[in-house]
Amino acid sequence: MKLITAIVKPFKLDDVKEALQAAGVQGITVTEVRGFGRQGGHSETYRGAEYKIDFVPKVRLELVVEDGNADSLIAAIKSAAATGKIGDGKIWVTDVQRLVRIRTGEEGPDAV
Amino acid sequence: MIIKPTRLALSIGLATATSLALPVIARAEDDPALAVQAALDNIWILIAGILVFFMQAGFALVEAGLTRAKNVVNIFAKNLSDAMIGVLAFLAVGYAFAFGSGGGWFIGSGGYFLSGSDPFTWGSSGVGNLTSSSFFFFQVVFAATAVTIASGAMAERTKFTSYLVFSAVMTAFIYPVVVHWTWGGGLISKINIGDAVYTDFAGSGIVHLTGGAAALMGAIFLGPRRGKYGPDGKPRAIPGHSIPLAMVGIFILWLGWFGFNPGSELAADSFVMWVAVNTIVAAAAGGSVAMATVWIRNKGKVDLAMVGNGVLAGLVGITGGCGTMNVLGAAITGAVAGFIVVFSVIFFDRVRVDDPVGAVSVHGICGIWGLLAIGLFARYDDAFLGRDEAGLFYGGGFDQLAVQALMALLIVAWVVVTSSILFFVMKKTIGLRVSEQEEIDGLDVHEHGVPGYVNDDMVLR
Repeated sequence: MKLITAIVKPFKLDDVKEALQAAGVQGITVTEVRGFGRQGGHSETYRGAEYKIDFVPKVRLELVVEDGNADSLIAAIKSAAATGKIGDGKIWVTDVQRLVRIRTGEEGPDAV
Repeated sequence: MIIKPTRLALSIGLATATSLALPVIARAEDDPALAVQAALDNIWILIAGILVFFMQAGFALVEAGLTRAKNVVNIFAKNLSDAMIGVLAFLAVGYAFAFGSGGGWFIGSGGYFLSGSDPFTWGSSGVGNLTSSSFFFFQVVFAATAVTIASGAMAERTKFTSYLVFSAVMTAFIYPVVVHWTWGGGLISKINIGDAVYTDFAGSGIVHLTGGAAALMGAIFLGPRRGKYGPDGKPRAIPGHSIPLAMVGIFILWLGWFGFNPGSELAADSFVMWVAVNTIVAAAAGGSVAMATVWIRNKGKVDLAMVGNGVLAGLVGITGGCGTMNVLGAAITGAVAGFIVVFSVIFFDRVRVDDPVGAVSVHGICGIWGLLAIGLFARYDDAFLGRDEAGLFYGGGFDQLAVQALMALLIVAWVVVTSSILFFVMKKTIGLRVSEQEEIDGLDVHEHGVPGYVNDDMVLR
């Protein structure tokens, strides 16, 4: 099993969700996060004083999938989240050692 | 605002002549037309007072919106306390110090706790047809306004107990003395330069400059909020947590000002609506010029908090002159205030006076401007001036300007000295500022035991 983590632009969340549902994904966990990459932050003025917004709002998606599905789902996220402009985000994949569904006690791929 | 012989005498005189045809002083109880006028005057002042009272909500929302969420309970606590303590302190001694018939040029005396007043008879206040109850009600909501101005400048770091002491001293003593000097017939009201005497129709100086000067000293004695200035000494922006709250507050204040200024006519006569027109025009001009100024300065971005300050600056600016200017004078007065306030906010930020909401600039600096603008644009007799075309631009010469400047100087001197003594003594005794830890965590939990915004999901389930 793999854990796919993706950081995307907030306004792209719906597109990514629909692409993943179309690809048959059963569940996604979403968190509102802030951070910076190559896009960096930006400066604004409030009541005459400048301030820097270093951490830009983003959305983090997490989904645990079966090994065989990972590549196609990564491709789905990649095409749905892309705008071509700086700040589109990243996707990374990690191995998952153990997975448990709390309600039934199922383990492994059955719990995906 | 108080005692306007010209207009009131005129209106009562005309009514008397037409309805009684007898050259005696008619009593409202004896004559239906006069009784109707008396009732209208008193009801209007009651309504105007209600509008002024509602400004407390406006101040609370502006201050809450322009500060951080962790201090929102404290902001509301201070504003609510200003209304409560302000009313009681003004009732106990403030009203007597301001308007008591005993006493001299410095301070009034007599009528503590409204003792000896006749609350039920038309005209018993000695001001037109107003009963002493009507007059007190209108004055006490003004006192509450004067004190609450400072809470914004002192936001996010003042000890609650110290603030309560300040609130009481302000409404019991500092503000009433200024009122006594002016509307109460004391020091400033006795000044003459040539033909010129002071005027301040609804209190650009008496109310707003008084509040603004105390706000300045409060901010200075407290020092800036933690993190307001970087290691290089440059001011950092600390954005407020809710622009919507602040903007609703601006609208409420703007609305309340239609009681503050037109109500200061102290009668339901044909001048009231003209004062209202001057008020709305100056606010619109102040906001528009502030918007244009920040728009250009911020390279295309409209800093709405500053535009809101511009609206209030226009209102403060016209508060003194709304009874004497024509609509062009009102528009220019408001517009200049809207320009001044932007650079005033930036100036105080640079000299390390941390005023989170711009109270010093809006009420203090634009209060001074409001007094001076009368010297430039005074056109009609507002029943203080005793003459038409007193302003410099209407051929009145420099006398009026000089009186207004002297008045501003006296108010600033009085408030700066007294509030400095108060803040100094508190700093040395009970302490003025919360601990660093409390400031970091926010005043809400430490001073009041509850955050302003409880996360229901996490706490209550």
